[in-house]
Amino acid sequence: MADVVATNETIVVIGGGISGMTAAVEAAETGKDVILLERAPSLGGRVSQLYKYFPKLCHPTCGMEINLRRLRGNRRIKVLTLAEVQKVTGEAGNYQVTATLHPRFVNENCTACGACAEAVTAEIDNPFDYGLSRMKAAYLPFTMAHPQRYVIDPSLIGTEEAQKAKDACRYDAIDLDMKPETVTFSAGAIIWATGWRPYDAAKIQPYGYDRYANVITSVEFERLADTRGPTGGRILRPSDGKEAKNVAFIQCAGSRDRNHLTHCSRICCMASLKQTTYMRERFGDDAQSSIYYIDIRAIDRFEDFYQKVQADSTVKFIKSKVANITEDEATGDVILHGVDTEGYHRYDNRHDLCVLAVGMEPSVDVRRIADVAVDASGFIEVNGPNGAIFGAGCAANALDVNRSVQSATASVLRAVQVVNRVAKAEG
Amino acid sequence: MADMKIGAYVCQGCGLGERLDTKALAQVAQKEGKAHIVREHEFLCNAQGVAMIQKDIDEEGVNRVVIGACSRRAKAEAFHFPTVAVSRVNLREQVIWSQPATDEARELTQEMAEDYMRMGCAEAKKVVAPTPNAAVGTNKRILVVGGGVTGMTAALEAARAGYDVLLVEKTAALGGVMAKLFKRVPFREPYSDPQPTGVEDLVAAVTNEPRITVFLHATTTRTSGAPGQFSVDITTESGQTQTENVGAIVMASGFTPYDASRLPELGYGKSPNVVDQSGLEALALAAAAKGEPMRRPSDGREIKSVVFVQCAGQRDASGTHLRYCSGHCCNTSMKQAMYFKDQNPDIDTVVLFTDLRTPGNGEDFYRSAQKKGVTFTKGKVSGVEAAGDGSAVVKFHDLILDEPAATMAGVDLVVLATGQVPNSGVNIDIPADATDVDDKPVEHAVSVLNLTYRQGPDVPQLKYGFTDSHFICFPYETRRTGIYTAGPVRRPMDIAQAMDDATGAALKAIQEVENAALGRAAHPRSGDLSFPTFRREGCTQCKRCTVECPFGAIDEDEQRYPQFNEGRCRRCGTCMGACPVRVISFENYSIDSVGSQIKAVDVPDEFSEKPRILLLACENDAYPALDMAGVNRRVSSAFVRTIPVRCLGSVNTIWITDALNSGYDGVMLMGCKHGDEYQCHFVKGSELAAYRMSKIDDTLKNLNLEADRVRNLEVAITDMERVPQLINDYAAKIQEIGMSPFKGF
Repeated sequence: MADVVATNETIVVIGGGISGMTAAVEAAETGKDVILLERAPSLGGRVSQLYKYFPKLCHPTCGMEINLRRLRGNRRIKVLTLAEVQKVTGEAGNYQVTATLHPRFVNENCTACGACAEAVTAEIDNPFDYGLSRMKAAYLPFTMAHPQRYVIDPSLIGTEEAQKAKDACRYDAIDLDMKPETVTFSAGAIIWATGWRPYDAAKIQPYGYDRYANVITSVEFERLADTRGPTGGRILRPSDGKEAKNVAFIQCAGSRDRNHLTHCSRICCMASLKQTTYMRERFGDDAQSSIYYIDIRAIDRFEDFYQKVQADSTVKFIKSKVANITEDEATGDVILHGVDTEGYHRYDNRHDLCVLAVGMEPSVDVRRIADVAVDASGFIEVNGPNGAIFGAGCAANALDVNRSVQSATASVLRAVQVVNRVAKAEG
Repeated sequence: MADMKIGAYVCQGCGLGERLDTKALAQVAQKEGKAHIVREHEFLCNAQGVAMIQKDIDEEGVNRVVIGACSRRAKAEAFHFPTVAVSRVNLREQVIWSQPATDEARELTQEMAEDYMRMGCAEAKKVVAPTPNAAVGTNKRILVVGGGVTGMTAALEAARAGYDVLLVEKTAALGGVMAKLFKRVPFREPYSDPQPTGVEDLVAAVTNEPRITVFLHATTTRTSGAPGQFSVDITTESGQTQTENVGAIVMASGFTPYDASRLPELGYGKSPNVVDQSGLEALALAAAAKGEPMRRPSDGREIKSVVFVQCAGQRDASGTHLRYCSGHCCNTSMKQAMYFKDQNPDIDTVVLFTDLRTPGNGEDFYRSAQKKGVTFTKGKVSGVEAAGDGSAVVKFHDLILDEPAATMAGVDLVVLATGQVPNSGVNIDIPADATDVDDKPVEHAVSVLNLTYRQGPDVPQLKYGFTDSHFICFPYETRRTGIYTAGPVRRPMDIAQAMDDATGAALKAIQEVENAALGRAAHPRSGDLSFPTFRREGCTQCKRCTVECPFGAIDEDEQRYPQFNEGRCRRCGTCMGACPVRVISFENYSIDSVGSQIKAVDVPDEFSEKPRILLLACENDAYPALDMAGVNRRVSSAFVRTIPVRCLGSVNTIWITDALNSGYDGVMLMGCKHGDEYQCHFVKGSELAAYRMSKIDDTLKNLNLEADRVRNLEVAITDMERVPQLINDYAAKIQEIGMSPFKGF
């Protein structure tokens, strides 16, 4: 990585999802040098796996296209993918960031022609679809992936399949001898944008995510609804591939709960309201969506969206924390048990599919890597004694996309203040 | 241009060499495209291929480069030649990957590729690498309008990055609403108790910051110019005006609490014991100043029972009051209930709510309130009535017990959680002389910025008066370049969010002054150095460009000619599309640069059974969708010739009529969704295109052509399956209506 030049006027951005990409382009467009480190093989992060955004029901890749164009057109940004940060040491204005660069086994000669994927037969679970589909072990992570470069899965290394991929490449782009590499960069300030991961739904034992095929998470439901997803956008339930026309959405699955995540994850109510529109889009008046909720948190203008969904006759709202779920083994249907607290009615409701609106938790335990103050949920304290390490987006709080981008933009100014001070001191 | 030297390069990689006769393509570039240097390369994007092109630029004087390879969206890093104009000819994604790999398809695929080479060379002749505008503004001071928490934070954060700031506050003191609070909602661990607002420290930090100049009792009475060169009149209450130059503006004009007197059914105005949230803060501050507990306003008696009514005049679907939720009020009511509980745990505090909204760590605060004994009841309040003893009776529908006529009696104080109404100035979408249903003139708000812009004195509003961005991915997208709004004027929010928002807006303001000084465009065409110029002698002063510019960039000069403020321009080309006499152009994008591509296509004669369809595709959404259809090997008609455009708003109808006149059989436009939930990143581009195309019917009639010869479609970037289908459907339609009678003219 001899071509990466970093000084203590460089801003290192960790994480290449929507927050990290935003931070990188906003900083670079303010005239700062940026290194963007992403652990996955491509940029885009979790939003690229969403079918649509609330409340406009527009597509995440639209904004991503603009951000990618800004990023590609700006020579101040150096992007490193498959880069896992191991350690951050130092202080404001003088950090050392150590990262492992995992091998892609494909170099920059790659034209994304796809010949290697054609040659290979081995398949692996597709992480882009949360494992709901399989893909070739030589792959482009998704159609809009940046860098537009294939990846050879490490499981192929040492097999004949790997050699087949190499032989198929006419551009000398496959290098099966690539080894992990450890690199260290200087940085004046660090923007920490490692985002979130869905709370492990299996931990909510009464809901049986690990036992019942037809209990899935809200992020998985996005893939089922996506026309580019594993079912081509048909909402088919996992157990038998039947159309799931009667779907239960359980809010606060793992959030607002002392046994799980104590915070409210903010996005889940809107996400479920949005997902009822997918149901209507697919099944029209035949759709049946039931939302089991404690409070519907449709803050500010989102209230409009809530009112629109409330007006949809195919959507029911039940104020209840679902007690538990059982499965009808004969049909695969799921049965939700609990009490509707509005009027105190006991229910045992049958549904084709149950979607758990799982909460957000920070995807990385930051304290393992850097000396950073976090709150009880593990989010980076914006006002904490963190030197020039600034949390952005969902690494700092449970935020929706718009607020994540806003947070990322704010973090850039905090970083700019530090590198401008360094620049001034150094004349 | 005498010194024009075109280098055309054809790649043979990624199957191009097998699927196409690249030698023939090179010949087309040379003979028809008049390229001076023509080279084929087996792998053009590798280091050697790129070096070959660079060598021609350095040693042979090539100043226009035509690259026949993959899409402009691929290998951008490799094909980066900033000193010359580059035309990318998309032979991969949109030719060989969108055509069947069969022998039968070979002829048509080759014809497609040859046409695209012709188009690339034609474009190369008409564009140059843009040079920045010489009239750039280099002022880097930031003006912040509003001295509340948002404005003070923006000022301070900008100053800490090394920028000078002018801070204009309407009232006699800094502090805004924040200075009128007793305490604030906690903003860091532990999220359990109300915290000091810290407003004195913030005011002191602003006052002591040498880079910040504060103007109190002052307003901005005139704002003109452009990023890097705004001129602002700052007028103080005494009537004195001084003119200052600034580079960018942060508008932090805050909010006004919703007028609670519009809620007589909730008792406001009838009893002093019914207050809104700001009224409660005033009571708390007054009591704290005296070192006494809060007392009942009507008679000074001890308060034993308080009810907080959430969503008072908010979330009102009927539209009588505010339709939206102000976000902070649940936390605020809990904080206020704690004012009482922390003073005396025996005071009964009840929060009546329909949905309690405490996102993030607000949940900890909610638990803390429960622990302190605050009662939460799910119910919808229908009325507040006075009892004889000065106490109130709160009537509500208890949603848990399903009791429509529930009451709470003996309430000493009722607090209405009313919402935030943005102080966003004049709604420029309502004409100044508009009248209401009773024919009375509409009363306009007082302007905040007093912009001299032709399109109106304030920034456009999104919804409910908030000046928020329309875009989820781009919260600081602004329709007035160099002017960023922050805080509750942008969206309802609390102090913590407002401070974060102010910091983001300050960054955007700083970024804009840096880029304006270099003549660079702001998002989404960040860094673009081109800017519109117009041929004054051809202009008919029709004003379409000044009216249609989505960013209010164009004013009128004294002689009523358009006056382009390049610094405000976002380079979408809407003005170019609007201009009926075609006098507006950019150095790298013009009527001619697209028009000559249209004319470069080889149109076979009427009897060939080879129609030609022009597709003008939005470069942000439709064009990537076409690329990705190719990546997925979706086949679409070989008769289509696609030209990416900056925005459908830049499509001038002359391109359509020229295409039809020169024998094209059909024209398709693909742009973004328009309407309320528009997707167009230049706001109205696709809508304007739809409007302009609706008017093209007359032209078609004059040419004796069918209405179906032009089709305008909305597509999304994800439409990689649908886009080929739309093309094929249209190609079938053209087949059905037959070939154009204009071939060979």
